[in-house]
Amino acid sequence: MITFGLIRWDIISDYMPMLVKIGVKTTFELTVVAVSVGTLLGLILSLMRLSHFRLFSLVSKVYIDFFRGTPLLVQILFIHFAVLPTIGSFPNIVSGFVALSLNSGAYIAEIFRAGIQSIDRGQMEAARSLGMSYPQAMRYIIIPQAIKRVLPALGNEFIAMLKDSSLVSVIAVQELAMTGSLVNGRTARPFEAYGPVAIMYLILTMILSQFVAYLERRFGKSDIRA
Amino acid sequence: MIYVRNLHKRFDKLEVLRGIDCHIKPKEVVVVIGPSGSGKSTFLRCINLLEMPTDGEIVVDGFNMTDKDTNINKVREEVGMVFQHFNLFPHMTALENVALALEKVRKMPVAQAESVAAEMLDKVGLSDKAGNYPGQLSGGQQQRVAIGRALAMRPKVMLFDEPTSALDPEMVGEVLAVMKELAREGMTMVVVSHEMGFAKEVGDRVLFMDEGIIIEEGTPEEVFGSPKHERTQSFLSKILI
Ligand SMILES: Nc1ncnc2c1ncn2[C@@H]1O[C@H](COP(=O)(O)OP(=O)(O)OP(=O)(O)O)[C@@H](O)[C@H]1O
Ligand SMILES: [Mg+2]
Repeated sequence: MITFGLIRWDIISDYMPMLVKIGVKTTFELTVVAVSVGTLLGLILSLMRLSHFRLFSLVSKVYIDFFRGTPLLVQILFIHFAVLPTIGSFPNIVSGFVALSLNSGAYIAEIFRAGIQSIDRGQMEAARSLGMSYPQAMRYIIIPQAIKRVLPALGNEFIAMLKDSSLVSVIAVQELAMTGSLVNGRTARPFEAYGPVAIMYLILTMILSQFVAYLERRFGKSDIRA
Repeated sequence: MIYVRNLHKRFDKLEVLRGIDCHIKPKEVVVVIGPSGSGKSTFLRCINLLEMPTDGEIVVDGFNMTDKDTNINKVREEVGMVFQHFNLFPHMTALENVALALEKVRKMPVAQAESVAAEMLDKVGLSDKAGNYPGQLSGGQQQRVAIGRALAMRPKVMLFDEPTSALDPEMVGEVLAVMKELAREGMTMVVVSHEMGFAKEVGDRVLFMDEGIIIEEGTPEEVFGSPKHERTQSFLSKILI
């Protein structure tokens, strides 16, 4: 039975600055980059996947299959130790940015593809019959509706990405989870080390959920009934 | 205005249009009737190339639609289309629905596009609904916005595919009234509809289609009053009960 009385609050407060300034900050950066680049990449990949140009569609399919069919951990290692060194030398966190972005791009592409395909055919036809080109119809009619429809799924993916960013600790990027391990290593007090880590993840997840909820409200304004 | 020659359309094995020939003159109102699955929608959709014809030629306002060199988007601007299920853009207000193509296709400044859009909504009797989203409008109102949206592009021809068949009966009248007004103003119209009253009042010609060809055509009086073809007779007897 653990009581609050046994917790060494002094350890928690001593390491709190490091936890926040290094761990939370790094995890936050990894997530923001992965989610933003991943969303953009996912949108492009989904449009390629749905394109009538066979080559585009095939390239996108191979990409998506590869990144969804192999473990993120392996992708991180592969990108860090095999791919990036052939281009140049980068700080470890760059490998983290690249791996997480490429991975989330594949998942988000599938989310967008399903969203775009779920929009009634009549929307595209109405747009085209008004003289809009295919890209215009996509941009002004189909994609805005698709994004609105997939926001909940996108939110889940963002949260998954936030949590999966802990995997980059394997290439010694000091994000939140790894910071916890460092504290544990120095103090041998696992509760004081990992407890705050879990709470920080929870707070970050809640902030992300709030952000998605805000987006849902913004995109949902046409749902207001008279 | 519209010349259709030997139009064929096939979906894989299914030959839906089997040689349609017709000529629609400027200001003419042509009503297309026929049993379900006879190819009426496909015919209409071929006219603005929402379906790609398998064979044949379609010329709209001097533009050969089936010619590879024709800019399809450009010609589509001249052909307005109204759908059975309205197909309004649900994420935009009524005004935005009407203004969008003016801004993006006609490249009008926003203020001008919106003033034209407001004018169009006024024309279909919906000025007070400009700021409403489609989800906040009745079916009849949505269809009138859809008509206004197509009209805003100042098309030379308007195509209507069963514009009232998804509506509750009490809303049919308001949509037909807008269409009748358009007909009186001299709009060239091709209307797939089984609204007999509309056809008789403003229709210049009725085409009866069955199994992918035009079986019979004539004035509304001729086709409805004394159909020559046996299939026309049996079809009319079914919808007139
Ligand atoms: N995209 C498509 N792919 C395959 N078959 C199609 C497609 N569109 C239409 N068809 C088929 O073509 C035939 C004619 O369809 P069409 O919609 O033109 O008929 P219609 O006369 O408009 O019927 P309705 O009165 O029910 O609207 C039908 O058998 C339909 O199933
Ligand atoms: Mg039809």
